[in-house]
Amino acid sequence: MIVTAGLTKRFGRVTAVEDLSLQVREGDRYGFLGPNGSGKTTTVRMLLGLVFATSGGIEVMGKPLPRRATEVLAEVGALIEGPAAYGHLSGRTNLALLDAAGPGGRRRTRRARVDAALEQVGLAGIGRRPVRAYSLGMRQRLGLAAALIRSPRLLILDEPTNGLDPQGIHEIRELLLELNQGGTTVFLSSHLLAEVEALCTRVAVLDRGRLVVQEDLATLQAPTGLVVVRSPDADLVARTLDGRVARRDGDRLFVRDVGPAELADRLVAAGVRLHELYPERRTLEEVVLALTGTGSDRVQP
Amino acid sequence: MIRVELAKVLRRPRTWIAIFLLCLLPVIVGVFVALTDIAPRPGEGPAFLSAVLGNGALFPAAALGIVLPLFLPVAVAVVAGDAVAGESSAGTLRYLLVRPVGRTRLLVAKLTAVLAFLLTAVTAVALTAYVVGVRLFVPDPANVNASTAAVASLSGTSLTGQQILLRTAYVIFYISWSMLGVASVALFLSTVTDSSLGAALGALAVLVLSQVLVTLDAASSVKAYLPTRYWLAWVDFFREPILWRDIQRGTLVQGVYVAVLLAMTWANFMTKDVTS
Repeated sequence: MIVTAGLTKRFGRVTAVEDLSLQVREGDRYGFLGPNGSGKTTTVRMLLGLVFATSGGIEVMGKPLPRRATEVLAEVGALIEGPAAYGHLSGRTNLALLDAAGPGGRRRTRRARVDAALEQVGLAGIGRRPVRAYSLGMRQRLGLAAALIRSPRLLILDEPTNGLDPQGIHEIRELLLELNQGGTTVFLSSHLLAEVEALCTRVAVLDRGRLVVQEDLATLQAPTGLVVVRSPDADLVARTLDGRVARRDGDRLFVRDVGPAELADRLVAAGVRLHELYPERRTLEEVVLALTGTGSDRVQP
Repeated sequence: MIRVELAKVLRRPRTWIAIFLLCLLPVIVGVFVALTDIAPRPGEGPAFLSAVLGNGALFPAAALGIVLPLFLPVAVAVVAGDAVAGESSAGTLRYLLVRPVGRTRLLVAKLTAVLAFLLTAVTAVALTAYVVGVRLFVPDPANVNASTAAVASLSGTSLTGQQILLRTAYVIFYISWSMLGVASVALFLSTVTDSSLGAALGALAVLVLSQVLVTLDAASSVKAYLPTRYWLAWVDFFREPILWRDIQRGTLVQGVYVAVLLAMTWANFMTKDVTS
C-alpha cells in the first residue's frame, strides 16, 4: 500500500528524516511510533505530497508520489497534526465545501455523504453551530469525518484521538477496527504507545529521523523465554530452582530454561504457594524505550 | 474548486463589510460637498469632485477617485493577502491539498475569487455613487444650459449621458486592472508567508514605496516603470477625445507586473513544502 525507499528530508541543515524505508501492506493497521520531533509528521506530510522529499522515493497504491499525487490522494483520507476547519461555518458546511473542492462524487449525493461521515464519527445531531463553538473533541471528530467522507482505501491519521475522552477514544478505535475489517488500510502515527498497542497489527518505530524497527506487533511482543513467578514463599522457590533464577524483584522471580507448565508442576510438588505464574512478554513500551532516545522536546544543557 | 472559493468569499462577513465601507466613504464626502456646496477648486482635492456639483452623473468617477489611492488597495491587499496565507495559518490549506486540489488549480481559484471581489467592489462603489450622486447633485436650474444631460468634459467640450456611462465602464475596468497589480503582489507574498497580515502589509509597503518614488525627481529614470505611475491615468477617459497614451502605457506596465508576479507566485507555490 505504501512503500518508501531511502526517503530523506532535510530542512536547511537539519535532517528531519533520513533513509527511511517503510512497507505498509494492504489491510494493515500500521502504527507509526516515535518520540516528539522524531520526523513522524514530516514523513506523513511526504506521504501526502505536502512536503517534497530531498531524496528517495515514495509509492502509494503502486503509484509514485508526488508525480501522481492527484490520482493517489483521491483514495486517501487524512488527519494531519490536528483538525482544521473554517470557524465561522458549521461543521456540515465545512464538510460540504471540502467535498465540493476536489474531484469525484456527484453533487446530488453530497448531502448523503456529509451525513454519513458525521454519523460515523458520532456527530449526527450536530446542527448549525459554527465550528468555532465546538469543543476540542468535537473538532477532532469533525476532522475524522473529513478524512472519511470520500470512503478512502487508505487512512493516514496523525494523533487521531487527541482531545478525546476515554469513551471517545474507545469509540474511534472501534470505528477504525470496523473500517479496517471492511478493507481500509489504516496508517496511524502516534506517540501514544497504548493507542498503537490496542489497535495496530504492525509497528514501525522512528527515532531521530531513522527507522529503528518495523515489525509485526505479535513478534515484538513474543515471550522473552523467562517465566515470572510470584509467591509468598519466594525464598523457597529460589532454593528449589537453584541456578535457574535469572533475577529477583521482591516476591517476584524471573525463571529461565523451563516452560510455565513444567515449572508450575515442580513448584506445586515442592509445596510452594503460588500467586501468579506466567511467561514474560515485553510490553510495547519496553521495546520502544529500549530502541529510542529521549524526544527532541527535552532540552539538556 | 472555483465555485467553492467564490462561495467562501461570499460567505465571509468581512467581504461585505469591506465593500460597504468602500461605498460609504464617497457617500460621506458627497454629503459634505452637497450640503455646503463647497467643492474643491479644480486641481485640488480628489479628482473630479469639482465637476460633480454640476452633474451627479460624474459622481461615480469622482467616488472611484476617492477610494483609489488608499482604501481600495487596502481592501484588495487584505483579501488577496489572506488568500493562501489565511488557509495556511488556519491549517485548512493542507486539507485542501490532500483532498486533493492541485496546487495550480487552487491558485487559479484563489485568483478568480480575488478578481470577483475586486470587480464587485469597484462596481458597487460606482453604482452607489451614481444613485447617491444623482440625488445629491441636482443641477441648479439657473445654471443649466440648453442640454441638461450634457456634461463638460475635462477638455471643455460636452459629453452626453451615454458617453459618461460608457466611459465610467472603461474606468471600472482600468481601475480593476490596476488593482489586479496590487492583488498579484499580495497573492505572491501570501504564498511566501503564513501570515495574512504580513502579506497585506507587504503589498501596501510596495505601493507606498512606488508612490514615494513617483513623486521623487531623483527617481525619474525608473518612474515610467513603477506600478502606481499610471494609476491616475483613468482621468483621461473623461477628456474629449480620450487621451489614450497614458492609459495604454498604464495597462501595459500593470500587465507586465501581473504576469511576472503571478508566474513567481505559481513557481513558489508549486515547489513549496506545506508545513503549516
